[in-house]
Amino acid sequence: MGFYDLSTPFIYILFLLLLPFGIPNILLYLLAFGTGLTLDAFYDTMGVHATACVVLAFVRISFISISLNRDAIDDPEPSLSYMGFQWFSLYAFLCVIAHHLVLFFLETFRLSEIGYTLMRCGLSCIFTLLIILLVEFIFYKRTSR
Amino acid sequence: MRNLWIFVSRYNAFFLFIIFSLIGIYLTVKNNAYQRSVTLNSSNEVIGTAYERLNIFKRYLNLGMVNDSLAAENAKLKSQLLALNTIDTAKDVKVIDTLTDQQYTYLAAKVVKNSVTLRNNIMTINKGSLDGIRNGMAVIAPQRGVVGLIRDVSEHLATIQSLLHKDTRISVSLKKNHALGSLVWGDGNFDIRKAFIKEVPNHIKMYVGDSVVTSGYGSFPAGIFVGKIIKPNVATNDNFLSGELNLVTDFSTLQYVYVIKDKKAEEQKALESLVKPNE
Repeated sequence: MGFYDLSTPFIYILFLLLLPFGIPNILLYLLAFGTGLTLDAFYDTMGVHATACVVLAFVRISFISISLNRDAIDDPEPSLSYMGFQWFSLYAFLCVIAHHLVLFFLETFRLSEIGYTLMRCGLSCIFTLLIILLVEFIFYKRTSR
Repeated sequence: MRNLWIFVSRYNAFFLFIIFSLIGIYLTVKNNAYQRSVTLNSSNEVIGTAYERLNIFKRYLNLGMVNDSLAAENAKLKSQLLALNTIDTAKDVKVIDTLTDQQYTYLAAKVVKNSVTLRNNIMTINKGSLDGIRNGMAVIAPQRGVVGLIRDVSEHLATIQSLLHKDTRISVSLKKNHALGSLVWGDGNFDIRKAFIKEVPNHIKMYVGDSVVTSGYGSFPAGIFVGKIIKPNVATNDNFLSGELNLVTDFSTLQYVYVIKDKKAEEQKALESLVKPNE
């Protein structure tokens, strides 16, 4: 029994995670929806990725507005090099788990396989999160914080 | 009114979220329940072409293996042809009769997109309605084994709802005693090499190693080898038996498939639609 066929990383959401702080909400949602729809076209899963990306955008907006003071933001974008490991890893974790939950439940579209879906979701979350952190460490810019 | 506007613009993130996620869920549900729109899936010309380009590279990597399997199949077909020719001379007129009245014809097609890791897997092939492919036709693998059913068709491309999909059910039977069952995949087990035979009547005895073939009641011709039983007599809560079987089709390396055209399919469908289900 291998976990190979269970975990699928979706790294494209890093694009949505790293959009700058100053972006208007409507533009963020449109970008998220468009990204998702492009993925859907190639995966033959009409609307599944689009919905998941929109949920991710909502979690992103909520988390930023709760954890940071809107007027005091002077960093350009929510990346690891600007925001530090602790903040960024929590931010990425919440966004990834919201995205994956919606994605896998919409894909399965029934509750009778809930165990399988949750296992897939959990394993894929770990995989995606690891790769996102790796990518962020590779493009790490040393800044004076 | 002004207060309302201030309220909406203050919480615009939430309202936009509601709007966009409703659109997304609407698209998903519509896609699941009714005929899919052919506009945004892989039978679309642009995306299909992209996959076709990508496939050119992949084909080179597996060229050796494909050659071997084609050669093996050639040899098998030649030996069958030889057998047929010998019968031909023996019974002259009859064989010509059966040939002109052939019910099934085969059309080879190349797989340009394949997936095996999703819950519901769909393939795309490079033949479409111009080649006579219609919705609902059966698809089999080159050596042996079933692949799935044609789902959407465009002019030059078509998508296959493979066996690895939650809605696919194929009518099969045990080879030794013709007991009927239906073949499904992914009921608590998502191994692409295994599937389940369900709804076998309770009095039938299954053993490890029993062959499962198609029954001929759906769009598949009778007698196509599907796989061998590895775990017989799994009891379910209803009045039927289930069994787990090893598929002979290797979905992960599939490159060419055969689409089966049934000459009498439309006639059969028209005739059967005369019968009301609750008569």
